Amino acid sequence: MNALAPRLDAARAEAPVGTPGGTPAAALAAQVAADFPILTRRVRDKRLVYLDNAATTHKPEAVIETERAFYRESNANIHRGVHWLSQHATDLYERARERVQRFLNAARSEEIVFTRGTTEAINLVAWSWGRANLKPGDEILVTGMEHHSNIVPWQLVCEQTGAVLKAVPLTDRGELEPGAFEAMLGPRTRLAAIVHVSNALGTVNPVAAMVERAHAAGARVLVDGAQAVAHQAVDVQALGCDFYAFSGHKLYGPTGIGALYARHELLAAMPPWQGGGDMIRTVSFEGSTWADPPARFEAGTPNIAGGVGLAAAIDYVTGIGLPRIAAHEHALLEYATEAALRIPGLRLIGTAPGKTGILSFMVEGIHPHDLGTILDAEGVAIRAGHHCAMPVMTRFGIPGTARASLAMYNDERDIDALMAAIRSAQRMFGTGARP
Amino acid sequence: MSLSRGDLRELYQEVIFDHNRSPRNFHEMEHPDRVAEGHNPLCGDQLKLYVRLDKGVVADASFVGHGCAISTASASLMTEAVKGHTVEEVEALFRDFHALLTDAAPPGRDFGKLEVLAGVKEFPVRVKCATLAWHTLHNALIGAGDPAKTE
Repeated sequence: MNALAPRLDAARAEAPVGTPGGTPAAALAAQVAADFPILTRRVRDKRLVYLDNAATTHKPEAVIETERAFYRESNANIHRGVHWLSQHATDLYERARERVQRFLNAARSEEIVFTRGTTEAINLVAWSWGRANLKPGDEILVTGMEHHSNIVPWQLVCEQTGAVLKAVPLTDRGELEPGAFEAMLGPRTRLAAIVHVSNALGTVNPVAAMVERAHAAGARVLVDGAQAVAHQAVDVQALGCDFYAFSGHKLYGPTGIGALYARHELLAAMPPWQGGGDMIRTVSFEGSTWADPPARFEAGTPNIAGGVGLAAAIDYVTGIGLPRIAAHEHALLEYATEAALRIPGLRLIGTAPGKTGILSFMVEGIHPHDLGTILDAEGVAIRAGHHCAMPVMTRFGIPGTARASLAMYNDERDIDALMAAIRSAQRMFGTGARP
Repeated sequence: MSLSRGDLRELYQEVIFDHNRSPRNFHEMEHPDRVAEGHNPLCGDQLKLYVRLDKGVVADASFVGHGCAISTASASLMTEAVKGHTVEEVEALFRDFHALLTDAAPPGRDFGKLEVLAGVKEFPVRVKCATLAWHTLHNALIGAGDPAKTE
């Protein structure tokens, strides 16, 4: 059996709405749940209702098996060996790079740099491209809904270079203030670093249009795609962006692996950021020379098994089809939103039209962390806090939110369990609906 | 480790709800001898603690801030528990209370109402919520400059 292919039954793939599993969301969830071994475990002696997918997604057997198989049959160091195993491992790793290239529709595989994840990818651009290109008074434009990993690296590099960081303000719905992005793009703007999908609010930004505006203003664009790639098709050429970063572990893939897409002409001009083996051409004490991209930005032995596992995750996801996953999650989001609005005292944070399957909310009289603990006791896993987006919390004047985030294996039962647990918490705290 | 509804009820007892809804000594202080701030980055709990000392005895303690039920109730219970005690007694109580929440209750120590927070032991992630006020008080008493942090 091809371990890389999802256990997809052709007939079930075409199953119309209303067959096995009943509702649309339940149909896909029922089909894929069996592929995810962790979903069978009990937590606190209850069925695991996992709604923390924005933090990390679970892994299908195909991905787990691919990593295991790598260590069992293909393990060797890459790029430098002369023996067969090393060649074989190198092939797998480079084919994984090409898989990422095809997944993002990048023009060349040299435009894919493997990193530990989104955070490292953004830091790479900040330290390499940023330090080489930013001068005092230059501007970097981010948005008010960024994750800390798309704020702090820029703050650090601004400190180093004298550049200035600006942030586009948000509306009460959690969208960018209309016209603000365009208005804030100025003659000194060198880079716009924007999130594709907000992890705290679920807002999906109009990246392609924003890229066009930024380019017209002479600015490059980096896109944080961590919350996007598992939930919608991403085509970096269509988006037109200069840099795109994502993490494997949010895409049903392993932790410790991710990728940076960067235009070849940009990479070719960027200085190294981490030095060591593999990123060099020659080394002597009189001076060293650098390898071409992408190797120039991949110092040391990478997470080889992770890269190969990431390719398996991409195969799995595309085997099911991102449009199908997106439709599933949107249907479930609608179901969840309707159910949430029926709970008295529940306030949704982040209500942008077209948002992704992320439900951030507050329940009156119950602090998010208390809510999280009570839900945990019911086997419902959500996240509570600032979600590495403190500026978002400040904007909305709240300490944090409770956040439920969807994936392909969630269904209506999970949402029902979430809502029941919230009502349970309300009874405990003596708030909410009067009996 | 299985967690039952019983464990949850143990943590979120009526006393906790009471002190969360109506925290005691929840106000700024006019002329404090010591002021300290505490912040729990995990949770967003923030508090500002005021202490008045009278010859080495905690004459008055109050606080303002916002946070989860555990941190608010703990701060409220703490301000009640420390009034009238010497600084040394308060520090000893802090040490014992921390042990109650993390390791084992020191034998023979009567915690009074503070006992209700013992249930937080089943929720290691929440221990910091329960100890924030105490860390802050400790900082206030030793006159530390920076805000107390639980990380």
